[in-house]
Amino acid sequence: MKFLEQAGKYFILLSQVFAKPEKIGIYYKRTIREIEDIGINSFGIVVIISLFVGAVITIQTNYNIENPLLPRYLVGVTVRDSLLLEFSSTMVALILAGKVGSSISSEIGTMRVSEQIDALEIMGINSASYLIMPKLIAAIFFFPILSLLSMFVGIFGGYLLCVLTEVVSPADYIYGIQYIFYPHYVSYALTKTVFYAFIIVTVSSFHGYYAEGGSLEVGRSSTKAVVHSSIIVLLANLILTKLILS
Amino acid sequence: MIEVQHISKRFGDNLVLDDVSVKFEQGKTNLIIGKSGSGKTVLLKSIVGLHDIDQGKILYGDTVFNALNFKEKKEVRKEMGMLFQGAALFDSFTVEENVMFPLDMFTDQSQEAKLERVNFCLDHVNIKNANRLFPAELSGGMKKRVAIARAIALNPKYLFCDEPNSGLDPQTAIVIDNLIKEITEEFHITTIVNTHDMNSVIEIGDKVVFIHEGKKLWEGTNQDILNTDLRELNDFVFATSLAQKLKDPVHH
Repeated sequence: MKFLEQAGKYFILLSQVFAKPEKIGIYYKRTIREIEDIGINSFGIVVIISLFVGAVITIQTNYNIENPLLPRYLVGVTVRDSLLLEFSSTMVALILAGKVGSSISSEIGTMRVSEQIDALEIMGINSASYLIMPKLIAAIFFFPILSLLSMFVGIFGGYLLCVLTEVVSPADYIYGIQYIFYPHYVSYALTKTVFYAFIIVTVSSFHGYYAEGGSLEVGRSSTKAVVHSSIIVLLANLILTKLILS
Repeated sequence: MIEVQHISKRFGDNLVLDDVSVKFEQGKTNLIIGKSGSGKTVLLKSIVGLHDIDQGKILYGDTVFNALNFKEKKEVRKEMGMLFQGAALFDSFTVEENVMFPLDMFTDQSQEAKLERVNFCLDHVNIKNANRLFPAELSGGMKKRVAIARAIALNPKYLFCDEPNSGLDPQTAIVIDNLIKEITEEFHITTIVNTHDMNSVIEIGDKVVFIHEGKKLWEGTNQDILNTDLRELNDFVFATSLAQKLKDPVHH
């Protein structure tokens, strides 16, 4: 019963978010600011994690295909497909759910408990749309860019490992990266990322928007935002994979 | 003028407002007083539409506010300004951006005209050389004054203040009280102040409404309140030993 109530509140909030904005110019400025907060400020973490994961997948794949009958370029193929199909979309989304989701939830939650959202309402402003819509646009626009970045950096991480340790020759690795490439994998990953951006921003905003009490509750709502958006991202991954790849 | 007629509000099984009716007059500082938990904040938030009431009417002039839809309410809300207990300034905005915010949202004035209005409002509340500061860099009293400046930026017809003196020292509290009274009289607006500060009641209470356990038990002026026979109101007004000494210097 409580789940239905929460789901109802979530969809009511969404209907408010998609209401006509009061002033487009203000929303535009806020969206630019959110692109910096949500997107550009996530570059670092995406680059570091992707670089290491690309290198680790290279080592693990090499370790698992020691059979001399298997060509070495398979390492490059596996790294590429792992990154394109799963890591750079879903795993990066889970990382962003932690970083961006908790930040959104605590920001909006703090505004709720310190009456800043009430102040917006009193002024006659649609607070849900004003606060959430720019974040949503910024995330939908920028998460695919982060996903693409992760693909390139992850593949580069594997290449760097090959150059530094020669677990696989760089030439074999590069050949594998180019071997039977399906561009469809990239569009599949980017499509998933757009859905993940929507889930992370709206679920995190929902938990912040309905936070009650004090700083303790804001912390709790932030934790719930990360947990719930991560679970929904995984569920969406399953459904989208079934729909797109079947 | 704002009038509430027979309003009731329930949270679950708890009846927080019970058939409250009162008129708040234009050009006067109207005070809602009562103990913590008496329902005065719920009354104020119901009047501004932050809580939906279960029964009754809230009238702004001749308009039944609680019967309006979201869009129609928005138009009335553009005529409201509110000072919240914690000031509720936007943390990520500077003082100037906070005061300019309603002008940005609801006017098409040039940047120069908006800046002129912002400086006029800040001057009015005696805030100088603080345009570039963020709320975290201001004292409690300054935050309240900036919040008043933001509330009056659009020339509101109605000003609401929720516990304007909470967390302030007595001297700063007097400054805020006087500011509210000055603005009310100068712009001839309807001001409703929610407070439990007896100093405010005596200093600025043109009209005082006493709420007790969700019911309106008394209304009158700041002069009448000292001579009332109502036990609940006397218990509230003369709760401190200082107030008791003033009332009955012989026995205290």
